[in-house]
Amino acid sequence: MSQYHLEIRVKPRPGLLDPQGKAIHHALNSLGWDGVHDVRVGKAMYIDLDAASEDEARNTAEAMCRKLLANPVTEDFEVTVVGVAEGATS
Amino acid sequence: MKVAVITFPGSNCDYDLYKAIQMVDGEASFVWHRDRGLRGYDAVMLPGGFSYGDYLRPGAIARMSPVMEEVMDFAAKGGPVLGICNGFQILCEAGLLPGALMPNRSLKFQSKDVFVRVERADTLFTADYDAGAVLRIPIAHHDGNFEADQETLRRLEDDGRVVFRYVDRSGEPTDESNPNGSWHNIAGIVNDGGNVLGMMPHPERAMEPILGSTDGRGLFTSILRSLTPA
Repeated sequence: MSQYHLEIRVKPRPGLLDPQGKAIHHALNSLGWDGVHDVRVGKAMYIDLDAASEDEARNTAEAMCRKLLANPVTEDFEVTVVGVAEGATS
Repeated sequence: MKVAVITFPGSNCDYDLYKAIQMVDGEASFVWHRDRGLRGYDAVMLPGGFSYGDYLRPGAIARMSPVMEEVMDFAAKGGPVLGICNGFQILCEAGLLPGALMPNRSLKFQSKDVFVRVERADTLFTADYDAGAVLRIPIAHHDGNFEADQETLRRLEDDGRVVFRYVDRSGEPTDESNPNGSWHNIAGIVNDGGNVLGMMPHPERAMEPILGSTDGRGLFTSILRSLTPA
């Protein structure tokens, strides 16, 4: 067993209205960043998880996303394994 | 009529709902989200509020409560389930209703009276209204912007499952009368079986003249009548 550090990014699906992203987009434009064409706001979650392998850690996190962390109607997710502490737990 | 009012940590319309049920001579009981045992109840209602502080997404954590498994069973057997505001959000998260409730397009909490049109008067929740009737009912939410994929939205309209729609005073579903950006001004929908209704407006806050409107009563009298053998 190793402890894996995971970063989970949950973001609004393409094409879906994201009022928060839109508001930030306008704010950036009004501050002079004219080159900004789109802003989408999602969220990031950092999870430490015991697993036997990186694949297992990733599969577990994806199951968490499907069941709770992301809403399949409105959000997509991405799981990244950012680190591992070998033998941290047993 | 025995009605279970499910309460979650953060529910805040539970007593209003309890009282509304009593006002139409129903028998109301609170059922705590950790409890089980919906046997013996004729209807289940999920109140508004901010269960679990709306953490993650409104309704996302409440939907995992032990009692929700029983609510799913109750609904699957055809039992009437009504979700108001946060209750609607929980029903969507639980998959008992399609779609999701996104943040209002204004990004502001909207608390005011709105007009909604009764699109279907042939559901067990709306039989005491006339189709096309315009009701004045309060809303109070930050995430009431109904959204779903195109296929789901098309089916909701084609199958006549939109029960309430935001309209102006004269009954027209205009953009100005849409308080949150909901697709097609949707304010309330039913499931396929017609026994699960979710709505953002608060009929339990429109029960007495002193509160400014009695237009919510019809919802509760309809449910009561559907459960009372003729």
